[in-house]
Amino acid sequence: MSEDNFMVALGDAFRGLSFVRLKRAVRLGVRSLWLHRLRSLLTMLGIVFGVCSVIAMLAIGEGASYEAQESIKTLGSQNIILRSVKPPEEQKPSDKGNQSFVLQYGITYADVKRIRATIPGVTVVLPGRNIREYVWNISRRMDCELFGTVPWYPEMRNHRVAAGRFFTDNDMDEQRSVCVLGAEIAPALFPIDSPLGRHVRVGGNYYQVIGIMEPRTVVAAKDAGAEANKSSLPRLYIPLETAKLRYGEVLMRRRQGSFEAERVQLHEVTIKVETLENVLSVAEAIKEVLERNHKKKDYMIDIPLEMLRQAERTKQIFNIVLGSIAAISLLVGGIGIMNIMLASVTERTREIGIRRALGARRRDIIVQFLVETVILSGAGGALGVLLGVIIPFVVSYAAGMKTIITFWSPVLAFGISALVGIVFGIYPAIRAAQMDPVEALRHE
Amino acid sequence: MPAPIVHFENVRKTYQMGPVTVQALRGVTFEIHAGDYISIMGPSGCGKSTLLNLLGCLDRPTSGHYRLGGEDVSQMNDDALSAVRGARLGFVFQSYNLIQQLTVVENIEIPLYYQDRPEAQSRAMACRMAARVGLEQRLDHKPFELSGGQQQRVAIARALVNEPLVILADEPTGNLDSASGTEVMKLFDELHNQGKTLILVTHDPGVGQRAHRTLRLRDGEIESDVRR
Ligand SMILES: Nc1ncnc2c1ncn2[C@@H]1O[C@H](COP(=O)(O)OP(=O)(O)O)[C@@H](O)[C@H]1O
Ligand SMILES: [Mg+2]
Repeated sequence: MSEDNFMVALGDAFRGLSFVRLKRAVRLGVRSLWLHRLRSLLTMLGIVFGVCSVIAMLAIGEGASYEAQESIKTLGSQNIILRSVKPPEEQKPSDKGNQSFVLQYGITYADVKRIRATIPGVTVVLPGRNIREYVWNISRRMDCELFGTVPWYPEMRNHRVAAGRFFTDNDMDEQRSVCVLGAEIAPALFPIDSPLGRHVRVGGNYYQVIGIMEPRTVVAAKDAGAEANKSSLPRLYIPLETAKLRYGEVLMRRRQGSFEAERVQLHEVTIKVETLENVLSVAEAIKEVLERNHKKKDYMIDIPLEMLRQAERTKQIFNIVLGSIAAISLLVGGIGIMNIMLASVTERTREIGIRRALGARRRDIIVQFLVETVILSGAGGALGVLLGVIIPFVVSYAAGMKTIITFWSPVLAFGISALVGIVFGIYPAIRAAQMDPVEALRHE
Repeated sequence: MPAPIVHFENVRKTYQMGPVTVQALRGVTFEIHAGDYISIMGPSGCGKSTLLNLLGCLDRPTSGHYRLGGEDVSQMNDDALSAVRGARLGFVFQSYNLIQQLTVVENIEIPLYYQDRPEAQSRAMACRMAARVGLEQRLDHKPFELSGGQQQRVAIARALVNEPLVILADEPTGNLDSASGTEVMKLFDELHNQGKTLILVTHDPGVGQRAHRTLRLRDGEIESDVRR
C-alpha cells in the first residue's frame, strides 16, 4: 500500500461520516467484540495495566512528594537552619590529655552576633538549645529533649500551639519555669486530665505547663535532614534564658562509667531571610562567615528552600521516568491490539467481501475496524482509570501512604489510550479496506 | 423498445499473471432489458465469473464500456462503484455468504445500512422481504440454525431489499440438494413473474433452461445467445 493511498484512505474515512452511521458502527463494533469476549478482554489488558499503573504510580509519587514538600515548607522556605554537630571522633578530649575535659563545639552566640552584624537581609534569628532529660509527672516518665528557645519560635517555624499559649518575652526575661509540651508528651504524661496549669518535673526542677504544641508529621522530622538524628525524641519547650540558668553552658554526661562534658552554646539557630530571592546568597555568606571562625566542621547548614528545589527536581525526574514507563506499556498494549486486529481482519476477510459487495465503501470498512480498536483501547483505558483511581485509595488505606490523584493524570492516561487505539488501529483497518472485493469474497 | 438496463460494449478483461497475460473476456457485447431472465453458461474457465464480477461492479473492465441503467460505470472510482452496488444491484452467491454473527433480519438489512436508511424503515423493509421468501418465523435466527435452502432464501431476500435494477446470482443452487434447489428456482421464477431482472450463472442445464434467454460463453467470447 503506497503512502499516498494510505493518506487518501484515511482522509476518506472521516469525510461524509454521519452521526447515525458512526452510532451504528459503534454498536456493530461492540457486538463483534462481545462475540469474542475473552479475546477482547485479553487484548485490552495491556492498555488496562498501562493506564492503571501510570495513574496509581503518579498518585503515590505525587503524595510522597507533597508530604516531603509540606514538611520542608514547615521549616520555612525563607529560613536557613544552622545546627551544631559533634566534630569527628579523633577530636575526643582523651586524645589531648593536656587540654580540658570539656569538649567544646558548635555554634556560638558570637557566631550569631557576627551574622547579624555583617550580613544584610537577615531579619530574625531563632536560637535553640537541646538538653536530653527525663520528664516526670509524679510516677510517669518520658525520655524527652528539652528545647530552650525564644518566644517567636512558633511563628518562625510554622509550628502552632494547639492549646494554651507559648511563652512570652516576660517568661523569658524573668527566666520563669514554664514549659510547652510537644504533642506526644501530653497524652503520655497526662492520660486523663488536661496538663495545662499542672507541673512536670525535670531533674530537680518543676515547670508549669502553659501550652501544648500541634503535632508535627513523622515524615517532617525524617525529611528535615539532620533534625531526624535528634528529634525522634519528643520535645519540651522552655525559655532559652531558663535553660541557660538551669544548665549553664556545660553539659555533663555520664557514659559507661566515665564523665563526658560538652560545651555547646547553641544547638540550633534558625535565621530568617527578608526575601525569598536572597535566601541562597545569604546562605553563601553565612557559610563563609562560619568557615572563617570554625576550624573544625562542627556545624551544619540546612536550607529548606534548596531542599524544596531538590524535591521538585526529584519529582520531575520521577515523572519523566514514569512517563517513559507509561509510554512503553501503552506501546506494548497498542502493539497487542494491532496484532489482534490484523488477525481479526484476516479472519473476517469474507465478511469484508460481503459488505463491500452490498455497498460498503472503503471508508465504511475502515470505520468499522477503527471503531473496534478505539472501543477496545477506550474501554481498556476506562477500566485502567478506574483501577488506577482505586489502587491509590487502597494503598493509602493499607500502607498509610498519602496519595494524590491530580485531575489531569486520568484524563491524560485515558486520552493517550484512545490515541493508541487510533494509531494502532489504522493500519489493520486500512488493510481491511484495501482488499479487493472479488478476492475477499473468494476467501475461505 | 425501451433503453436496455445493461449494455456491454466490446468489454475486455485481461489478467496479468507475471509474464503471462490471460484474456478472460475478449470483447463481449450484449444488452439486457428490464424484466429479462438470463442464464450465463459455459465450460469451466470460459469467463463466467469474470463476466459476473464486471456485471456486479466488483471489478472494472480492462477496456470497453458497461452502461448500467444508462450510466457508464466502466471507469467509476471505488466509492462510486460501491454506491452503485449498494443501490442498483442485488447479489446471490453459491455459498450464501451470510454474515454468521448477524441474525436473519440483520443480514437482510445490510444493503440498507449502507444506504443510510432510517433504522425503523430498514427493519420494516427487511421483515417484509423475509416474509416474501417465507422466513417471517425465522427473523431472529442465526444463519447456522437454518438449512441451506433457507439460508439461500435469506440471501435472496437480502438481494431484493434495496429494490435493485438487476439481481445477479452465481450458481445459486450449486450448494443445495435438488429439493431446496427447486424451491429456490421457483422463487426466481416468481421474481421474474413480478418483473424483476435476473442474471444467473450456472453449470446445471436444468437450471439454465428455466431462464428465457441463455448466453453461452467459450474462451472469453459469446458463443451463442438463445431466446426462448
Ligand atoms: N484474478 C485472476 N487472475 C488471473 N487470472 C484469472 C483471475 N480470475 C480469472 N482468471 C482466469 O480467467 C479465465 C476465466 O476465469 P473465470 O471467469 O473464473 O471462469 P469460470 O468462472 O467460467 O470458470 C480463467 O482462465 C482464469 O484462470
Ligand atoms: Mg467460476
